[in-house]
Amino acid sequence: MIEIRGLNKIFPSKNGPITALRDIDLEIQDGEIFGIIGLSGAGKSTLVRCINLLERPTSGEVLVDGRSLTQMPQKELLRVRQTIGMIFQSFNLLEQRTVLQNICYPLEIAKVSKNQAIARAKELLELVGLTDRMLSYPSQLSGGQKQRVAIARALATSPKYLLCDEATSALDPNTTQSILDLLKEINTTMGVTIIVITHEMRVIEQICDRVAVIGESRIAEIGDVREVFRSPQSDVARNLLLPHGKSYETVTGGTRLRLVFEGEVSERPIIANLVLECQTPVNIMFADMRDIDGKAYGQTLLELPDEPGLLERACAYLNAQGVHFTREV
Amino acid sequence: MMFSDMFQKLWASGIIQLGVWETIYMTLISTAVAYLIGLPLGLVLSVTGDGGIRPIPWLNRLLGFVVNILRSIPFVILMIAMLPVAKFIVGTSLGNKAVIVTLIIAAAPYVARMIESSIKEVDPGIIEAAQAMGSSNFQIVYKVLIPEAKPSLITGAVISTVTILGYSAMAGTIGGTGLGQIAITYGYQRSKTDIIWICVVLTVLIVQIIQEIGMRIAHKTDKRVKQ
Repeated sequence: MIEIRGLNKIFPSKNGPITALRDIDLEIQDGEIFGIIGLSGAGKSTLVRCINLLERPTSGEVLVDGRSLTQMPQKELLRVRQTIGMIFQSFNLLEQRTVLQNICYPLEIAKVSKNQAIARAKELLELVGLTDRMLSYPSQLSGGQKQRVAIARALATSPKYLLCDEATSALDPNTTQSILDLLKEINTTMGVTIIVITHEMRVIEQICDRVAVIGESRIAEIGDVREVFRSPQSDVARNLLLPHGKSYETVTGGTRLRLVFEGEVSERPIIANLVLECQTPVNIMFADMRDIDGKAYGQTLLELPDEPGLLERACAYLNAQGVHFTREV
Repeated sequence: MMFSDMFQKLWASGIIQLGVWETIYMTLISTAVAYLIGLPLGLVLSVTGDGGIRPIPWLNRLLGFVVNILRSIPFVILMIAMLPVAKFIVGTSLGNKAVIVTLIIAAAPYVARMIESSIKEVDPGIIEAAQAMGSSNFQIVYKVLIPEAKPSLITGAVISTVTILGYSAMAGTIGGTGLGQIAITYGYQRSKTDIIWICVVLTVLIVQIIQEIGMRIAHKTDKRVKQ
């Protein structure tokens, strides 16, 4: 288990100190895929670097399996880092080493004998499906292949935890999908606890069990992915779910409802029936369908005309249909 | 083109051939020793610098200051100023031994800066990845920084060698030998223009050969080049 307690990170700068993280409390359970989402500059990359102490917190504690990293002597910390794998947006492979030598690197650091290291590296190459590129150099690989090598390298020392810092942000959608599938597979078959940092909601929906939403250096909300998706409590979460949601406010008046369809509800023509039932035109301002853990989840932002009694009728209809909805302000 | 009697005399007595050889060996020995001093110095400068893996501001500033002082003195002046030091180290302030000492003193800080800039080119992301994998600072230096910077280090070595070769020619003025001294004593002082030009052509040839061999090695070692 990874525990973060009362963590603050303040960077000194010429224009006075900048608070990157404020009062962060988190617990990440063994075996889960935990997502941390936020817009750029929210502090999520700093947070993930505080987990393996690449960034030293200004105050607060980081505990991995009950042992406090912040109190630990440097030598001990280096050993703990060998049990926490990490992958990056820009892959960060050693450019002058072959794929095989890259995967051997953490094993060299862990003082594993050369033969054992090569055997282990080959095992991992098979897992990530790059056995045939063993002797290639990173510059000869595509982005997706590079990230696969980085994943193999991060797993070489059989770590319990894997930190992913925007690991799919530099990849195209298809490649992103295959990397996410691979991470999910690693989580289920090897039991590796995965911490995913991203600014893309889609990444969170596809593989995460729980999510923490970060905004303005704080955790805005934290919970089950489905729960956060269904009824986001914070502005930050709402913004991430409804991209450009804010810009609509300035253009239109009227009453807005955010409808969430899940499972079976998403297969019925709810909005068409709403129009017929309430005898009113509605304006669909945003609509989206997502697949969370194999289940269909959709959301729609509707605007209703300002007409007496209409809102009540619409709400009654939606309640009767079992659609989850919230009134957006 | 007609050569003067002077050239024929110099060639027949083997003075020009010897000059070529002396230029080459002075350059190579000075470069080698300058690297022995400059390599660790450059590594320390990059590691302890701002944004290095182990910043030590006072040490960095101190070394940077010494390096800057030595680098800002024109070589002709430094050479003369360092003759007492040469005498202290090799027992004489005359001849090639003394010249080599002054060359090393002038070249080592130059080499250190070259090394520092090569090391600083290494992608910080790669260093961060190495840290995340639990590498110690020492491991990062010899397993990441030096191997990753290797092509740039080799290119830097070529440039340093050529610069030192240029310095070695100036050493002709304080009693060093080689092509520089031949150009000064036989060409300039006795107004034999052809001797000067022959020395120039020979120097250019040596530089070209060093450059060509060095760049080939650098290109061959660089795995970033798509094949």
